[in-house]
Amino acid sequence: MSARRVTVQDCPGGPLLIRGADEVVAADGTVAEATRPVVAVCRCGRSARLPWCDASHRAKRRSNRDD
Amino acid sequence: MHLPDPCGPLSEGVVRALRAAPDGPHPVPQARAMGDVIDPLTDRDFQLALWILYELHYRGFDGVPDDAEWDPLLIVSRAGLERTMEHAVRALVGERFESDSLGHLGDDPAQRVVTALIRMTVAEGPSQVSTFLQRRAGRKEFCEYLAERAVYHLRESDPQSFVLPRIGGPAKVALAELQYDEYGGGRPDRLHQALFADALESLEMPTDLASYLPGASGATLASVNVMSLFALNRRLRGAAMGHLAAFEATSSLPCDRILQGARRLGLPEAVQDYYDEHVEADAVHEQLAIRNICGSLVSEEPELADDVLFGAMACLAVDGLAGDTLLRRWSQRRSGTAAEDHRAARAAG
Ligand code: FES
Ligand SMILES: [Fe+2]
Ligand SMILES: [Fe+2]
Repeated sequence: MSARRVTVQDCPGGPLLIRGADEVVAADGTVAEATRPVVAVCRCGRSARLPWCDASHRAKRRSNRDD
Repeated sequence: MHLPDPCGPLSEGVVRALRAAPDGPHPVPQARAMGDVIDPLTDRDFQLALWILYELHYRGFDGVPDDAEWDPLLIVSRAGLERTMEHAVRALVGERFESDSLGHLGDDPAQRVVTALIRMTVAEGPSQVSTFLQRRAGRKEFCEYLAERAVYHLRESDPQSFVLPRIGGPAKVALAELQYDEYGGGRPDRLHQALFADALESLEMPTDLASYLPGASGATLASVNVMSLFALNRRLRGAAMGHLAAFEATSSLPCDRILQGARRLGLPEAVQDYYDEHVEADAVHEQLAIRNICGSLVSEEPELADDVLFGAMACLAVDGLAGDTLLRRWSQRRSGTAAEDHRAARAAG
């Protein structure tokens, strides 16, 4: 196998798409394992499934959920 | 799969043609003038006839030879139904969306399309069906929802695979990447179609598509047929990809709501798993479909820009019709029951 390629794609207003990632480590050390070939990492902070994007960046306002 | 039971002259004509002369040719009797079809998108007979003709390109029917797929007479019949279908979809889109020259979004067509797709799908807001399932649906209504959607989810993503050879470059690569995820990412047990079948099975519901055809509304069949219409006609490849983008971009948030509904009702793990998987997967697919597929496609073939947007609007409009049909059925039943309760209470009091 050739060396693995990891790429990060910027999606303005949305997540970062990462291809080839194994894990995402949060500030508190929690490790989230990437289980699909392309993962979307949340950048807006509104996701209920951090570190992954759950499309909450789309909701104009996220009511009754303060995570 | 066995041939479905017809529900009117058009579907009767198709079924009879396929049964009568297994080896073709298959003239489809014009038992019902197309002019009699007032609203093709909710006309179950019309949609079932078209669905059966499309199915010849997917998995076919028991007792119908595979040759029927390219039987010229059947293709002629299909083309006739498709013309009416496309016309109806365009009319509905015209009613629902103001035409917009997009000029204000800058002059790079790809960027314009990406921006327009995001705007359009954000403006759409949460579907009422998903809110109902999240907060109010009973187990029976939840199962009815799964049954209604089964005609799509048991074949999830198949129509779009027909588009792969019809596009090139980065858009093709991105579509393959998205489809790979839909098809389980190398793991047969994670095939999305199989996840949906597992969900049905966990509720002791049948897992074959044929079982769900008789109950599917005309509008639900239309929501599936519109994908085949776009994917099987190379002319409409832009619309097929726009449809995919709108579909994916309006999926994560509703799936999260439906997941909450499944938890509220204490439905089996497999049901939760299907929706859980789609919150995360479709958050990825949203980006892939809007940017990497539609954006790249329009960079390569700028003349497809309008088709891409048309496809996206068609998705929102036609899926909206199917959702309305379900909501109407539920609310009529609930108010019917409420009225009955009320009468019973009055009689008792
Ligand atoms: S970037 Fe998508 S939820 Fe935060
Ligand atoms: Fe899927
Ligand atoms: Fe998806």
